[in-house]
Amino acid sequence: MSASLTLNKITAQKGITIAEAANRVADLGWTPSYVQEAMTFPTDYKISKTPRDPMKQVLRSYFPMQEEKDNRVYGALDAALRGDMFRNVEPRWVEWMKLFLAIIPFPEISAARSMAMVGRLAPGEELRTGFTMQMVDEFRHSTIQMNLKKWYMENYIDPAGFDITEAAFGKCYATTIGRQFAEGFLTGDAITAANVYLTVVAETAFTNTLFVAMPSEAARNGDYALPTVFLSVQSDESRHIGNGHSMLMAMINDPSNHQLLERDLKYAFWQNHAIVDAAIGTFIEYGTTNRDKNKESYAELWHRWIYEDYYRTYMLPLEKYGIKIHHDDVAAAWDRIVKKNYVHKTAQFFAVGWSANFWRIEAQTEKDFEWFEHKYPGWYAEFGDFWKWYAKLSVPGETNILFNSDVGYVYPHRCWSCMVPCLIREDFVCDEVDGKIYTYCSEGCRWTHKVAFAAEYEGRATPAMGRFSGRREWEDCYHGWDIADAIKDLGFVRPDGKTLTAQPHLRFDAKDMWTLDHVRGHQLGSPLRGFRALSPIEREIAVADYRKGFTINPCH
Amino acid sequence: MSAQASGATVEPGVVKSGAAGSAVFPGSDSRKYNYFEPKGRKATHYEDMTVDVQPDPERYLLQDWIISFPDGTPTYSKDWTAAKSSNWHKFRAVDQEWERTHYQRQSTICGMVQNTIENGRKSGAPARFDPAWVKILQNHLGAYKHAEFGLGTSTMQAQRYGYTQMVNNAILTNSSYKLRFAQDITLYLSEIALDLPGFDVNAGKQHWLEDPIWQGVRKSIESVMGSNDYLEQYFATNAVFEPVVGELFRSGFLMQAASAQNDFITPAVVSAAEADYERNLANTVELFHILGTDAQHAAHNIALFNKWLAKHAELALDAANRLQPIWSQPRVKVVTFSDALAQAKNRIRGIAAELGLTVPAILS
Repeated sequence: MSASLTLNKITAQKGITIAEAANRVADLGWTPSYVQEAMTFPTDYKISKTPRDPMKQVLRSYFPMQEEKDNRVYGALDAALRGDMFRNVEPRWVEWMKLFLAIIPFPEISAARSMAMVGRLAPGEELRTGFTMQMVDEFRHSTIQMNLKKWYMENYIDPAGFDITEAAFGKCYATTIGRQFAEGFLTGDAITAANVYLTVVAETAFTNTLFVAMPSEAARNGDYALPTVFLSVQSDESRHIGNGHSMLMAMINDPSNHQLLERDLKYAFWQNHAIVDAAIGTFIEYGTTNRDKNKESYAELWHRWIYEDYYRTYMLPLEKYGIKIHHDDVAAAWDRIVKKNYVHKTAQFFAVGWSANFWRIEAQTEKDFEWFEHKYPGWYAEFGDFWKWYAKLSVPGETNILFNSDVGYVYPHRCWSCMVPCLIREDFVCDEVDGKIYTYCSEGCRWTHKVAFAAEYEGRATPAMGRFSGRREWEDCYHGWDIADAIKDLGFVRPDGKTLTAQPHLRFDAKDMWTLDHVRGHQLGSPLRGFRALSPIEREIAVADYRKGFTINPCH
Repeated sequence: MSAQASGATVEPGVVKSGAAGSAVFPGSDSRKYNYFEPKGRKATHYEDMTVDVQPDPERYLLQDWIISFPDGTPTYSKDWTAAKSSNWHKFRAVDQEWERTHYQRQSTICGMVQNTIENGRKSGAPARFDPAWVKILQNHLGAYKHAEFGLGTSTMQAQRYGYTQMVNNAILTNSSYKLRFAQDITLYLSEIALDLPGFDVNAGKQHWLEDPIWQGVRKSIESVMGSNDYLEQYFATNAVFEPVVGELFRSGFLMQAASAQNDFITPAVVSAAEADYERNLANTVELFHILGTDAQHAAHNIALFNKWLAKHAELALDAANRLQPIWSQPRVKVVTFSDALAQAKNRIRGIAAELGLTVPAILS
C-alpha cells in the first residue's frame, strides 16, 4: 500500500464547505407576514446591522463534539474515583465547593434563558445558530455542575451542605451575591443583560478567573474533578465570547448606542469585579492549602486575565469606535484587590459569619500567614490576629466570633447594589433613591443603583432598563431573630436536628462539632434599619465613623 | 468505604482522608439531595440534575427575586401564561433529559443521518431517485425545513418564560431537537444537490414564502411564533401542529412515499424527527395533563386549552388541506392524502382525549 494512502482519502467524497453549510443554515429564517412575531424582551439599543457568526459551526458537528467532551469528563470522574482521589483531596478546598457549586448552576441556566432574549433581537439569522449552541451549552453547564456536586456529595468525607444545595442557594447570605450575578443576565434591558453583562463582560473577562484560574488551584489541592468539568465548560466559552463580540459589533457603529454601551460596560465591569472577585478570590486564596510562593496570587491572576487579557486587548480597542472606556474603574478595581485587601476582607467576613454558612471554614495557619505576607505585604498586620482569634474561637463552648466583642470586628453594612457587604470601610457611601436611604460598598455600586438602573440615563429615556427589587439586605430577613432560630429556619442543620451544617474547623468528630445550643442567645440585626433611623447629622457622623474602620484586638 | 480499606492513617481525632466513610459524625451519611420530593420512590438522576436549580419565592428564595423589569415584573413570573397551576413544581419531563443524555441522543442522530447520507451518496443513490420525486424534495421538503426552524425558534423563545427549571428545560430540549432537524434537512438537500444536476437548493425557501400550497403551513407556524403565551406556543407545537401537519407530511407522505421513488435516504433522515416528536409529545402531554387535572385550576385550564386547540387546529387543518396537491405529485403513488389526513386527525383526537379536551368538530 502506498505510504500516502489513508482511509480518509479512500472514503472521502465531495461535500459542501463549512462556510456553505453555515450560510445555508443561516437562510432558514424569514420575516413573518401573516402574524407578527411574539413580543420579546425590550431593549433601548438600536441594532441595524446584521451580526455575523464568527464560528461557522452547525449542529451536526456541534453535538458530536460536545458528546466527545462529555465522554472525557465523565471518564475522568470515573478515573478519579478509581485513583482514590478523595483519599488525598484537601477538605479545606472541597468545603468551599459547597458554596461555589450551590451558586454556579443558576447563573449557567440563566445564561441559557438569556439566549431567548438576545436571539430574536438581531436582524438576520446567522448568529441565531451561535445563540442556539450557547443555549444548549448553558443547559450542559448547569446540569454537568449539578452532577459534579452530586459526585462530591457521594464521595467526600462530609456531604452535609451538598445535600441541601439548591435550598441553601435560595437562602444563604452569600449565594444571594451569585443570584445578583445571574439575574443580571436575564432581567431588564435585553442587550444590557444578555449581551453586555453576560457575554461581553462576564463570559469574556471573568470566566477566565472562574473557570481557568480556579481549576488550577483545585488541582493543587488534589481535586482533579473540578478542573476536568470546568475546563470543559470553559472550552464552550470561546464560542460565547464570539457571539457577544459579534453582537457588540452589530451595534457599535451606531453612535446612538454609545451612551448606553458606556453605561453598561461600566456597570457590568464593576459589578462583575465586585461579585466574582469577592467569591473566586476567596476560594482561590483561602480555599487552598498550597502555599508555593512561585505560584500566582489572585491579584497576579487578575492582572493576567482581567487587566492584560481583557482590558488591554478587548476593551481598549473599543475606543477606536468612539466608546469611552472607564479606565478609572479598572484602576480602582485593581487597587481594591492589591491595596485595599478586598479579597482578604471578603474571606474575613465569610469567616465571621461561619455559623450561618452551609460549609466549613478552617482557620488559616502560620504556613498560610507566611504566604499571604509574601504575596500581599502588610497582610499579617491587618489579618494575622483575626485568624488567630478564629482558630481560638473554633472550639464549641467559646462565644461565636460573630458576637464576640473581644475580637474587635465590626459587622458591616450590606451593599444594596452588588450585595457583598461594604468591606472596604473607607469607600463606604450612602445615597437616597426614590426617597429611601441605601448603603453601598463603593462609588461604582452607588452609581449602578442610582444612575444606571433608572428610567433615564443622562437625560435619555431608558424605558427597558431593569430595577433592583426584593429583600436585598439579607440581614433584614432575620432582624431580631436569635441566630440559632435563624440557622434552623435556613435549614443549615445536620440530620440529627441539632448539629450545625457549618463548622469553623475541619475536625470530623462529633465532640468537636457546634450545635444550635452553642450559638443560641445572640440576636441578628439589620444594619440598614438602624442606619435609616438616624437623623441626617447622626448619619453623617456614622458614615465618618464607619469609614475609619476597626482594629482587631491582639489575640494571645 | 472504611478508613482501613482506603488505606488512610487514622489517629484519634485526626482524619487524614477526605474520602466518604473515613469518619463517622452527624451528617456523614447524608448523601442524597434532600430538598425536593422525588416523583417516584427515589429521585432519578434527571431530577437531581434539574429540580430547584431555578428557584422561586415558593421554593427557598428567601429574599425574593432581586432584579425586576421596569414595570415591576420579576425575573420569573407566573403571569407569563394564562394557564394556572397550584404547583408548578410537580412536572417532571417524561424523557428525563439532562445534558449527557441530550448530547448522546443528538450526537447519535447526527451520526446516523450523516452515515446514511454519505453511504447513499457513495452508492450513487440520489441519481436513481425518480425525477418527479427530486422536484418534491427540492420544493416541498425544502419548504418544510422552514416550518421546523420556526418551531425551533419559537420554543427557543418559550424556554425563557416557564416558572420552573423542569418546564423550561423540556422546552429547551424541544427547541434543540427542532433546530437540529431543520439543519439536518438543509444539509441533506445541499449534499444531494451535489449529485443532482439542476437541483436548486434555494427553491424550498421560495416555495415556503410564495407557493400557495405552503401558505397555510406558514400561517400556522407564524401563529405559533406570534403567540405571547409560552405555553400556548408549546401546546400548539406538540399537541396541534405536529400531529396535524408535521407527522402528516413526514410520516404520512415522505416516509411512506419515498421508497417507491427509489429513495431510501429521506425516510432515514426524517425518521429522527419522528422519534424526537414522540419524546416532545410525551413531555407535553404530561405537563398539560397535570395542568388540566389541577386541583384548583382544572376547569380554567381545560377551557383555555380548548380555546388554544380550536384556534390552532383550524389553522393546522387548513394548512394540511392546502398540502394535498403534493400527494399527487410523485410518479408512483403509494398513499392517499385522505388516508394520511384521517390518520393525522385520529392522532390529534387521541392526544386531545388524553388531555380531556373537546375535539373541535372540524377534526371529526
